[in-house]
Amino acid sequence: MAQLSKTAVEKIEGICDRHAAEPTPLIVILSDIQKEYGYIPLEVQEVVSRKTGISVAEIYGVVTFYSFFTLEPSGKYVIGCCLGTACYVKGSQKIIDQFSEILGIKPGETTQDGLFTLDALRCIGACAAAPAVSINGKIYARVKPSEVPNILAEYWKMGENAKEGTAHV
Amino acid sequence: MFKSCEELQAKIDQYTKELESKFNGRDGKRYIMLCGGTGCIAANSLGIKEKFEECIRREGLEDQCEIRVVGCFGMCSQGPFVRIFPEDTLYCLVSEDDIEEIVERDIKGNAVVTRLLYEDPVTHERVAKMQDICFYRKQRRIALHGCGIIDPDRIEEALGCGGYRGLIKALSMSQQDVIKLILDSGLRGRGGGGFPTGRKWQFAYDQESDAKYVVCNGDEGDPGAFMDRSVLEDNPLAVVEGMAIAGYAIGAKEGYFYIRAEYPRAVARVRAIIRQAESLGLLGDNILGTGFSFRAHVRLGAGAFVCGEETALLNSIMGQRGMPRPRPPFPAVKGLWDKPTIVNNVETLATVPYILREGLEAFTQYGTEKSKGTKVFALGGKVRNVGLVEIPMGVTLRELIYEIGGGIQNDRKFKAIQTGGPSGGCLTAEFLDEAIDFDNMVAHGSMMGSGGAIVMDEDNCMVDVARFYMNFIRDESCGKCTPCRIGTKRMLEILDRITEGRGTMQDFDDLEDISSACKTNSLCALGQTAANPVLSTIAHFKQEYLAHIKDKKCPAKVCRNLFSYTIIAEKCKKCGLCFRNCPVECISGEPGKTPFVIDMDKCIKCGTCMSSCRFDAIVKE
Repeated sequence: MAQLSKTAVEKIEGICDRHAAEPTPLIVILSDIQKEYGYIPLEVQEVVSRKTGISVAEIYGVVTFYSFFTLEPSGKYVIGCCLGTACYVKGSQKIIDQFSEILGIKPGETTQDGLFTLDALRCIGACAAAPAVSINGKIYARVKPSEVPNILAEYWKMGENAKEGTAHV
Repeated sequence: MFKSCEELQAKIDQYTKELESKFNGRDGKRYIMLCGGTGCIAANSLGIKEKFEECIRREGLEDQCEIRVVGCFGMCSQGPFVRIFPEDTLYCLVSEDDIEEIVERDIKGNAVVTRLLYEDPVTHERVAKMQDICFYRKQRRIALHGCGIIDPDRIEEALGCGGYRGLIKALSMSQQDVIKLILDSGLRGRGGGGFPTGRKWQFAYDQESDAKYVVCNGDEGDPGAFMDRSVLEDNPLAVVEGMAIAGYAIGAKEGYFYIRAEYPRAVARVRAIIRQAESLGLLGDNILGTGFSFRAHVRLGAGAFVCGEETALLNSIMGQRGMPRPRPPFPAVKGLWDKPTIVNNVETLATVPYILREGLEAFTQYGTEKSKGTKVFALGGKVRNVGLVEIPMGVTLRELIYEIGGGIQNDRKFKAIQTGGPSGGCLTAEFLDEAIDFDNMVAHGSMMGSGGAIVMDEDNCMVDVARFYMNFIRDESCGKCTPCRIGTKRMLEILDRITEGRGTMQDFDDLEDISSACKTNSLCALGQTAANPVLSTIAHFKQEYLAHIKDKKCPAKVCRNLFSYTIIAEKCKKCGLCFRNCPVECISGEPGKTPFVIDMDKCIKCGTCMSSCRFDAIVKE
């Protein structure tokens, strides 16, 4: 199991301290950690357990119960295909299938290069934009299966540029 | 800090005048309102705002105009909107390129840009004012009061738009009188349960306890419904006020908002309004010098549909897995940290201040005998006007779909309307003249639910829709009780088989058996209602199930294994458009030489070829 750095442990303990006054703080702590790190691996849960006295089993139970908490890190770009009813009746299944097919991953998975995570979202409330896709918060409206390759190309390019950018640094 | 009700009332009167003068132009300015709902922001309403500001600066009109982004206007399919006062002109489907013209002709020239007005789908006339548009004509805004009117970040606008008058009124009454008023109003839980709100409050009031709590259920989980999000984003003070009134009535000093983490904007707005209210003394200790103290907190849901169930929600607030527990004891007796707790939906709490402020008759004039007031629906799917609507209960499905919704898109045929989400059911054309209220919808085998209303046309397969909901429920079943955990899984397997063309008549019988077992034996409403989408589609669309099972055909041509695409050689112009657009390269042929052919083994049935063909040479059969 990977070791957490001292600063990481201190940061997690800091988050726990922040909510020390709460009668039942676990979910609030986990939300903050998820927001800060993007995922909640077991070693982080152990720190929370030591700090709060809540057993790792209970923490793990909570982490795995809620879809908002994840044990694995997400990709750089999170593609959320809305599968709310309004989007579904307008063909969003085809959209997510198309992303899945091209990226070679199932919903909930992340590509090997860590660039994309594909998510099936419940309803993002953009029903007039159905079928809607949200990528890192940017909403694509009335997406057609044929547009999926172009949307992905946009991000592949951005990913490439980012890599080149870091190479120069 | 407001120290007394009189002091606040005086300020409210001032704010009201200020807000009114924006709308009637007495402040000498043109007031330009833009919709800041999710749908409009996705359609670039913020870009439009920038463009507006740029044009107005360039023309030197800054002193004569005020631009504001407000909450959702509701008619999402016509956004982005620009609404200009005092004339009250509404421009629809506005793009950045239209702004110059609006500034030139309307702001400077006081003329209307007719081409941007709403076009009535039936008469094709252009309509300038919001209240004259078919979508708005039958609506009455009670829960959505102030939404799309006020700037949600400014508490003074919320106060100028009726805010806190309800609480001032409540504080002048006894707790028991407030409860009696809510009871007499006939207000029922808007989250879908329909339990009388006043009775819930009475139970909690009757409990002797050192602490009591009010919880606002903002865990809106029905996929395709976003009423609560809109209220929380667009007029959060109304919900805070409703919660404070409930707190006063039952004797609670603390309230919790439980809001889905998927709604970050709603969370931010509620937090901001709580902070503002605290700094003004509208929340906290000894509110307005009356001796009543109340504080509100925000808790985030973490993505679990079952947390909409009240006991699961309470467990989640208490930091545990959101699993329901048997009732009794009901939360009104034993809730948060074992103290008496009432759980009310966002829309319910947003309605409460109206009843206090405007009085009993103003509320009971709307609705049917047993379902008073209004209900907000997120109207979506295959209707022309997609969006958020608040209608008096008793309005018929036909009025909702054809008048407010403007009819079915592309003039297709109406097939069904699904309400109540994964717990609800669908109703067909023969029920179009039925009134929408709690009991009537249930009597016809569906339910009003929390407000999702998805319209389907002949291109939707009802077996596939049932499978869609079952997949949702299977995912969201918390796993605590066996009938729900295993029942939903088995039902999904059966529905998968049927939609894949492997179904048998035995499957059909099993589906009905498991449905009834799930209904009678599950612990909470999630399991008890899990089979509703299946049962109601079987009741209304049995033929469609039989076509899948016996003929191995999907009449709506949705289920992939049960239809195929074919290129009609005689009609094919050999242009190669389908071949170039196919994402999986399963079409072969030579442009200009031979007709194209689809390799069905490779085809993923995405339909791109058919929509790209300009000669109708590709058919689905």
